[in-house]
Amino acid sequence: MAGLVIEREVLIEAPAEVVWRTITEPDQMSRWFADRVDLVVAPGAHGYMQFGDQGGPVVVESVDPPTRFSFRWNHPRQEEPAAGNSMLVEFTLTPEGDERTRLRVVESGHELRDWPDEEKQRYADEHRDGWAEFLQRLAGVLAQPSR
Amino acid sequence: MTAQADDELWSAIGDPSRRRVLDLLVSNGEVSASWLAGRVPFSRQAVSKHLVVLEEARLVSRRKQGREVLYQVEADRLDQATRAMAGLAAQWDRRLDVIKGLAEAAHEEAKVKRRR
Repeated sequence: MAGLVIEREVLIEAPAEVVWRTITEPDQMSRWFADRVDLVVAPGAHGYMQFGDQGGPVVVESVDPPTRFSFRWNHPRQEEPAAGNSMLVEFTLTPEGDERTRLRVVESGHELRDWPDEEKQRYADEHRDGWAEFLQRLAGVLAQPSR
Repeated sequence: MTAQADDELWSAIGDPSRRRVLDLLVSNGEVSASWLAGRVPFSRQAVSKHLVVLEEARLVSRRKQGREVLYQVEADRLDQATRAMAGLAAQWDRRLDVIKGLAEAAHEEAKVKRRR
């Protein structure tokens, strides 16, 4: 995995089943994600999301209730989504007790399909020095008045 | 739908070797490709290729000085990348916050109903 990687998480005071419904039911999705969501939550299903006057196709990857849900989006309209032309959004739900769930989201994409394996391995090795840290560090250096 | 437009930018920074080159440019200002090649564990040819990609992503610009070509980082573009990245992260924070609110409200409602 290379390119853009964003990881965020939140602790929710509700059981995983409830969180699962919130993130997968189209009428709920339209409250936290797109303005309009046409989607059947099944692996391989093609759907559509509308954001204001813009919209785009979505393809469901994995559906594993109530722990894992992922989909691809942001791919060119005429193409099938795959690694390299789209963003993968992965939700992971981890119960912490009966009424608490840790919800984690990872958005990644723009993998370089033409990367040699050693480069990919090196990227994996250096993953701890991720992207966000890299940019923050550089931004810090750039912000210094004299360099 | 913001990331797609900056495909080149993400790809350019996604590569660890190019991040290394960028790092050197940020901390040393204007330098030549040979100078860079002396400080990285990959070949002069690889450095040149990375510089081409960085230039295409407008993260780096070049200037001729005598017989040498000097490269320097485009601070504005790098700053743009940082902000875009922070923006995407903030967008997910907002979405997760809404999910949290919806799920907790649904759970509360179910508890109240059960009690009746």
